[in-house]
Amino acid sequence: MSYRTLLFIPGNNPGMLLNSDILGADAYIIDLEDAVAINEKDSARILVKEYINTFDRNADVFIRINPLDSPYFYEDLDVVKDLNVKGIVLPKASIESMEALDIYLDENNIDFKIIGLIETAMGLELSLEILSKSKKVIGVLLGAEDLTLDLGAKRTKKSDEIRYARSRIIAVSKALQIEAIDTPWTDTDDYEGLKIDTLNAKDLGMTGKALISPRHVDIVNEIFSPSKEELEYAVRVMEAVKSAREKGLGAFSLDGKMVDLPIIKRAVNLLKMGGVYKEECDGLLK
Amino acid sequence: MEERRITKIAKAGSVESNDILIMMSPGEGSLEVEIESVVYKQFGDSIRKVILDTLAEEGIKDAKVIAKDKGALDFTIRARVKTCIKRGIENEL
Repeated sequence: MSYRTLLFIPGNNPGMLLNSDILGADAYIIDLEDAVAINEKDSARILVKEYINTFDRNADVFIRINPLDSPYFYEDLDVVKDLNVKGIVLPKASIESMEALDIYLDENNIDFKIIGLIETAMGLELSLEILSKSKKVIGVLLGAEDLTLDLGAKRTKKSDEIRYARSRIIAVSKALQIEAIDTPWTDTDDYEGLKIDTLNAKDLGMTGKALISPRHVDIVNEIFSPSKEELEYAVRVMEAVKSAREKGLGAFSLDGKMVDLPIIKRAVNLLKMGGVYKEECDGLLK
Repeated sequence: MEERRITKIAKAGSVESNDILIMMSPGEGSLEVEIESVVYKQFGDSIRKVILDTLAEEGIKDAKVIAKDKGALDFTIRARVKTCIKRGIENEL
């Protein structure tokens, strides 16, 4: 499944934890890192454990643990490993931390997925290698606030300063066939800015966006959902592919345009994003 | 669980909405629980039961507990009591 929206929820806030599953995001990232004060790390861990063990949820839940270079990395994992969650968001992902997490999960026989958070200059430049270190990695999340701090760049709403980072993350994600999740929009009241920023990220190739405000969920879900016209076109492409295969045609055209493999794959991606993909389409890709 | 002792004053939680502030100190031979809640009339007994059950699960038989509740659900009460116990015992080290 592709996550259009992944909403951060502070790990030590009972009210937000309680309401998280009805906010409409495709997935939630319960945060034990930046959203939790140093002297409340123990409290957040226990609260998250009680919350997860008490409630059933509709959406997937990931836990952002603290980084390897903090004293809390293994303390977090020792609590999270027994919880019914989808996986871990690994902050400040590095080769060393990805290896450490992968080893920990293997040694404890835990079937968690990993989303690597790339938020340092070194992490960005080594992202292909970092994300290749574990077969459990299903996505990469760009953390632009910490990254621009590391780069000495000014963080702006136009986001020109992260264009390279976005493109690099997207290229790596496509190479590894994992999800490319964009950095959150931090101005909670600027909805127009959010729309522009999300459209820019989507046009570059991001598959979803992390969020820090529940009020951003609907806007971003809509942007990352295929339109009715796009879905109809994708269905027509797949029907045309099926018809061409039956006739033994290798190449064919639709609406006067040649349909080749990239167009077919784009149609498949749209159908998957729209939740209307059928397994029988797999055979048409061969 | 074997009996454990609260040796120092500890607190956990907050007085934010949906939360509960738990304060714990060494007891005088028994459990003493004092609750302040906006919904005490409706849920005071229930809050007390969750606190006492959690203390029992954690092996605490001797402590003074003060709870200031702001509408916390059971999972939050359990979590804050457990954190408070951990801190009250850890402080001993």
